Amino acid sequence: MENLAVATSGLTKRFHQQVAVNAVDLLVPRGAVYGFLGPNGSGKTTTIRMLLGLIRPTAGHHRLLGKAMPDHTGNVLPLVGSLVEGPAFHPYLSARANLVRLDSVDRHADPRTTKVRIDGALDRVGLLAAADKKYRAYSLGMRQRLAIAGTLLAPRELLVLDEPTNGLDPQGTREVRHLIGSLADDGATVLISSHLLSEVEQVCTHIGVMHVGSLLTQGPIAQVRAVSEPKARVVTDRPQDAARVLRGLGLTDVVAEPGLAVGTVGAVAAEKIVMALVQDGVPVTGFALERPSLEDLFVSLTGEGFNVSG
Amino acid sequence: MSAADVSIAPAERPLRHISARFLRSELRLIFGRRRNQAGMGILAVVPIIIAIAVKVSTPRPGRGPDFLSSITSNGLFVALAALSIELGLFLPLAVGTIAGDSVAGEANIGTLRYLLTVPVHRTRLLAVKLAAITIFSLVATVWVSLVGAVVGVALFGGGEMTLLSGTQIGMGSAVLRLAMATLYLGLCFASLGAIGLFISTLTEQPIGATIAVVIINVLSFILDSIPQLSWLHEWLPTHWWMSFGDVLRDPVAWGDLTRGLLTAAGYMLVFWLAAWARFSDKDVTG
Repeated sequence: MENLAVATSGLTKRFHQQVAVNAVDLLVPRGAVYGFLGPNGSGKTTTIRMLLGLIRPTAGHHRLLGKAMPDHTGNVLPLVGSLVEGPAFHPYLSARANLVRLDSVDRHADPRTTKVRIDGALDRVGLLAAADKKYRAYSLGMRQRLAIAGTLLAPRELLVLDEPTNGLDPQGTREVRHLIGSLADDGATVLISSHLLSEVEQVCTHIGVMHVGSLLTQGPIAQVRAVSEPKARVVTDRPQDAARVLRGLGLTDVVAEPGLAVGTVGAVAAEKIVMALVQDGVPVTGFALERPSLEDLFVSLTGEGFNVSG
Repeated sequence: MSAADVSIAPAERPLRHISARFLRSELRLIFGRRRNQAGMGILAVVPIIIAIAVKVSTPRPGRGPDFLSSITSNGLFVALAALSIELGLFLPLAVGTIAGDSVAGEANIGTLRYLLTVPVHRTRLLAVKLAAITIFSLVATVWVSLVGAVVGVALFGGGEMTLLSGTQIGMGSAVLRLAMATLYLGLCFASLGAIGLFISTLTEQPIGATIAVVIINVLSFILDSIPQLSWLHEWLPTHWWMSFGDVLRDPVAWGDLTRGLLTAAGYMLVFWLAAWARFSDKDVTG
């Protein structure tokens, strides 16, 4: 248990009749960047709220940084930076005044270093120049960055970031991704929830997939993806012949479509495929090995698309 | 090492035991907010209007609230007249606004969840919120008194004050009596603020909580005026407020003032505990 930053067991939340989170066993190893994935309404935010003690689980229990919650809230949460369901600050205060407010209520914060820590956090998210603007005047992207700055006011061992790239432009998204990478390099464990699969895919070491309140699968990203194998995609004007060659090589699930032949590679050495096609005189105008995207994976796990389930 | 590196490396974070930072931050939020400053301005308008109105007209003895007719004899009565007029609605509304905002306002804009994950213990949050409401209540009441006293003394002069029982006291004692009346009312309004704190934990709409406080305040005055409900009167939150005039008797009539302070303390305790019972395990979903 000690090497897990987050460990839940049977965590469940019922709101009246509806089960929002159903017996979730989340396991986030220390040092991991854990992508907590699922469509809107799948129970990610409710799970995160339970982790942070904002709402009380109906059943189950959980540990953060090896300590049982909520008993150790006072010792554990100071080491946890969190962004829950979007940024929230006082609109008539400046960005800096809002961070001072957060720092003032923290009994572990040293008032002598407040200024340098706030400047450091603002600098890290690229808001130092806009620090004295009123929060009301901030764009959604700036608000999101300010919320991330709020998590960086103190040294953290665990960062829980709920949809941190919401509302950010592509450049901002890249920057946040980079920031998450650098925080992980510093040794922090990062739990990042997102409904945008492709966004998370690039930074995560581990993923967990939520669907209608249940955790469908979790583990190191390579292991989770291993359930679906890479496919070879051959662009050719003779797809039937190409399909024949692919089958001959031992590829499975081979299909020929107009201008295209696709097959699952399996144990076949991928670099031999084009050679075999050319030797058989099949003209190849394009070839690609495609790893299934997380989105494909999600579809194969749930049998449905990445849409909101009722 | 740049400033940015300070926040990164995980390290020991010792607990700092005694600190008024949260309370100071809370007071900065309250007194720094433009809306509240405007409210304080409105509170100050009443004593100014009273003083000017009395100055430009000839007061007819025996009409209007007690203190109005005494203003020309001592300017400090402007403060007392302003307090007796504002205790009906303005001061309770001001305290109700702050109290209604206390928890519901933070829940409404979502900052409550960020306070709780810092973490701020929920009991500590409610204790600091009640302390801030109480301080605001005292400051607002002192403000009305102060403006009244300054304007009143400027227009009508100070000097000896004739008490309700007819005795004369010097200016120093008169100021002390006014300070006692002000403090007494400030604590009375704070007890209404404690009710507001409780209501504020029930909702995410600060305006709703404020309106509820005003309704309770007005309802209490209405019930207090129905003779058939006399058995209830002494338990009403506003019943002892008008007793602040007892500080102007010689000697000070402590009986009702003591009952008033005990009632205020009782309301504060009961409603703080109710707020705690409600809030300590409430799901924060806002």
